[in-house]
Amino acid sequence: MEDSKKIEEFEAKIAAGQKIEPKDWMPEAYRKQLIRMMSQHAHSEIVGMLPEGNWITRAPSLRRKAILLAKVQDEAGHGLYLYSATETLGIDRTELLSQLHTGKAKYSSIFNYPTLTWADIGAIGWLVDGAAIMNQTALARGSYGPYSRAMVRICKEESFHNRQGYEIMMHLAQGTPEQKEMAQDALNRWWWPAIMMLGPSDDQSPNSEQLMRWKVKMESNDAIRQRFIDRTVPQAEFIGLTIPDKDLKFDAATGHYTHGPINWEEFFEVIKGNGPCNAKRLKARTDADKKGRWVREAAVAYAAKREKEKLIA
Amino acid sequence: MSDTQWPLWEVFVQANPGIPHKHVGNVHAADAEMAIQNARDVYTRRSEGISIWVVPAAAISASSPEDQGAFFEPSNDKPYRHPTFYKIPEGVKYL
Repeated sequence: MEDSKKIEEFEAKIAAGQKIEPKDWMPEAYRKQLIRMMSQHAHSEIVGMLPEGNWITRAPSLRRKAILLAKVQDEAGHGLYLYSATETLGIDRTELLSQLHTGKAKYSSIFNYPTLTWADIGAIGWLVDGAAIMNQTALARGSYGPYSRAMVRICKEESFHNRQGYEIMMHLAQGTPEQKEMAQDALNRWWWPAIMMLGPSDDQSPNSEQLMRWKVKMESNDAIRQRFIDRTVPQAEFIGLTIPDKDLKFDAATGHYTHGPINWEEFFEVIKGNGPCNAKRLKARTDADKKGRWVREAAVAYAAKREKEKLIA
Repeated sequence: MSDTQWPLWEVFVQANPGIPHKHVGNVHAADAEMAIQNARDVYTRRSEGISIWVVPAAAISASSPEDQGAFFEPSNDKPYRHPTFYKIPEGVKYL
């Protein structure tokens, strides 16, 4: 049994706004939940490179191509910060990757949708990164030091992702009727998945009071979703695009938008592995891991050889 | 040979000349040279640094959080190490 005095001290520290650091004592449930959340987040950054990487060779201009390359490189960096931060909880990266490859660990549902047109790259930056920022700015206030610091850094970089996506949509929306239609089509396909990626509604996912108290979770899914909708709807209106929700309306009394019903059945199917691209994404990751293995081994052999040469010389 | 993700290196970045290197995170790399290159790509993509140090994570020894109180206690009861401990009459200059 865990020492109740230790738990008391741990909770007092969090209540006082202090961060928990890797070598500090922490309850097993706290460690487990963080490993689950942080590794899921790391996997999402890495798998998230796939749908966007799909368009690097076909970006419509050199400017767009350079931007997309930089964005995808940022996602790789975010994955690395997060794997590193997760490792501080006493699990190594080989184990984390094996959990992804065997399907034991999940990644964000959103990356199981295909990127069919160039406008999808705009929609991802605007909506998917936009929704992720809502979630991540909340997590930056969380209690675990390494996770919170990674979030602060990631949020700063995501802001570029968000803006470049909106700029793509804006240009298309102001272009030819075909281009505008392409932007609207991308919004139609990405809106609901983006709304859903913020997680099940509060009545389906009772936020454990404990996770809130431990500042592992900072806000409920529905609260974050509401903020995302409130901020994003006027952005769509500004560029003349229509949110694909006929029930969406502004409630002057509350100052918030109310939205139509969310198709949670689709969300849970995608989580279970039955989304349009689940198998493709996982195969791309496991292939990369297998094909990269000789590179990892060669680098270690080369480092050992150079070390030996240094000793002789 | 079992699969490897390479040894872990702690990364320190100096943001500007004349200030200390600060810990920013870590990277996996086969050797020091690769660790410095990876650290550049991961931690200084937006001109965050002018110099990078990498240290094998296994080479770092740290004080223990459990002993924090007792370990740092000797400095807590010596307020006379701070200039504010001394009462100097008003009017005395340059002290």
